Amino acid sequence: MNKNPKPDRSRRPFRFTPKSISNALGLIVLAVIAVGWAIPMLWALAVSVHPPDEPLSAANLWFGSHPTLTNYAQAFQIAPFAQYYVNTIIIVFGILVVQLVTISLAGYAFARFQFRGQNILFFLILLQLMVPSSALIVPNYSTIRQLHLFDTLLAVMLPFFGSAFGTFLMRQTFRTVPRDLDDAARMDGANWLQTLWYVYIPPARPAMIAFALSSISFHWNDFLWPLVVTNSTSSRPLTVGLAVFTQLGEIGAQWPLVTAGTIIVVGPLLLLFLIFQRQFIESFLHSGLK
Amino acid sequence: MRLRPRTPDTRTERRFRIGAAALPYLLIAPTLLFVAVFTLFPAIRVFYDSLFLQNQAVQEPQFTGFGNYAALFQDPTFHQVIINTVIYVFATVPLSVFLALVLALLLNQKLRALGLYRLAFFYPTILPMVSAATIWLFMYTPGYGLVNVFIEFFHIQSQNWLGDPNLALIALIILGIWKQTGYFMIFYLAGLQGLPHDIFEAASLDGASAIQSARYLTFPLLAGTTLFVTTIAVVNAFETVDQIYIMTGGGPNNATSMLLFNLWQTLFSFLDNGKASAISVILIAVLLIFTVTNFLYTERRGSYE
Repeated sequence: MNKNPKPDRSRRPFRFTPKSISNALGLIVLAVIAVGWAIPMLWALAVSVHPPDEPLSAANLWFGSHPTLTNYAQAFQIAPFAQYYVNTIIIVFGILVVQLVTISLAGYAFARFQFRGQNILFFLILLQLMVPSSALIVPNYSTIRQLHLFDTLLAVMLPFFGSAFGTFLMRQTFRTVPRDLDDAARMDGANWLQTLWYVYIPPARPAMIAFALSSISFHWNDFLWPLVVTNSTSSRPLTVGLAVFTQLGEIGAQWPLVTAGTIIVVGPLLLLFLIFQRQFIESFLHSGLK
Repeated sequence: MRLRPRTPDTRTERRFRIGAAALPYLLIAPTLLFVAVFTLFPAIRVFYDSLFLQNQAVQEPQFTGFGNYAALFQDPTFHQVIINTVIYVFATVPLSVFLALVLALLLNQKLRALGLYRLAFFYPTILPMVSAATIWLFMYTPGYGLVNVFIEFFHIQSQNWLGDPNLALIALIILGIWKQTGYFMIFYLAGLQGLPHDIFEAASLDGASAIQSARYLTFPLLAGTTLFVTTIAVVNAFETVDQIYIMTGGGPNNATSMLLFNLWQTLFSFLDNGKASAISVILIAVLLIFTVTNFLYTERRGSYE
């Protein structure tokens, strides 16, 4: 992002000109806002190692007298965070794998086949972009009940197996593949599946990775739908698990414990983000929709 | 392109050859099936259900026409919900989009520790809203919550942010801005990086001041980004629910209840299926306006690329 060559002005000797003053002011504003933005997370991190027997107060707000990991151990004892992790990972990757298959197939059909009703079918699928799933929890909840899937991992995943955004993205991407390559592959006796796999998928890999990252982050963070269709430890994802944990009566306002639970949920995510910052940001840029 | 001449797929090939005309339909069938079952039919069904009374008092659905809608629009609680939603949208969207633009402009220069700044502004985006809301629940704690510690530093009296009907919505708005500004910022940063440098150099040679070139070059050239980001922001703001569930439960006195939360509450707390369906239809109608705009814009942008 910062690779644009620009004239390097930083080496000039500093002088008090209107410009240098406004630049310095800008930097101060930037630094103050950045600190303000970072503080909630830093505070949560600090309090998560605050000794549970020292009450938080205006005078004792951060690490306490001796930082400790007791809160983490206790959080793991009270709530099955490991199970929640497993559930979230199954949900997120279950959705992703099915999506990658369905969007590749449908995207291929819309990119390279002529068939009756093509436009109306494409339009029907695209309607999914315009009717947000969160507004459909009432009927979808009934559907899940009727399918006897309530409180299962499949119930959390099922509504997202077809993706209009992914189909649209794959159609656009596959269209950029030269038709000659397709024809050549068919001439060599490749069937449609081989053509799709060897000709279309490889150049679409960046688009698929961008789609994957945005799908993962959307479903990793999703809360309302899993809240509605799950009711037990075996199917709850992390987000719902954390909400249940913080609202347990026995926990009350024990903030060191609550923040430890929160860090257990977001820690790995933050770590991954630190490592793959650039890829994360680029994938967010490429998929403003979901 | 290397193709393996003999793959184990030859048998499936013959099977698929039979219905060559059916192939594209088979390819889109899975997507169409899931979209139909979980988007198209539900959208029709929710409208249909909204025309029936069905709640704890009326177990068997009973046709009422637009009775559920009429009841909603006469209900002071629902008025409050609409007002809260509108205030939230009109506060969160412009403030976070404007701040995102300011931050992007400040970051779009040679800076020491640029990565650190970007990290500070962007990390809230990747947090699940539930976790962000939990952290902010802590920030707003009466007494020693950092928000109160901060305002007491300026000799303002400590407040019960989430317990005060006049402050609770503001507290949610602050969280909303904190959570999404970094996300919008990266769109502006990308937009700024894509601006043609020679135009700015020409303007600067012609004696344009920094403010002039911002006013006449930067802002107009970023108008597309602003439209795109604003649409996303509006849709997100209308779908606000996670933080309400975690932080206030819609209270105090419905001061923070918004459309989607009210929908959830109507269905699962008040067990009123008919009314919940009517709220869904209203929510869909409002969002449709914005998602259609968003889609048309991306479609147009896509065809330029």
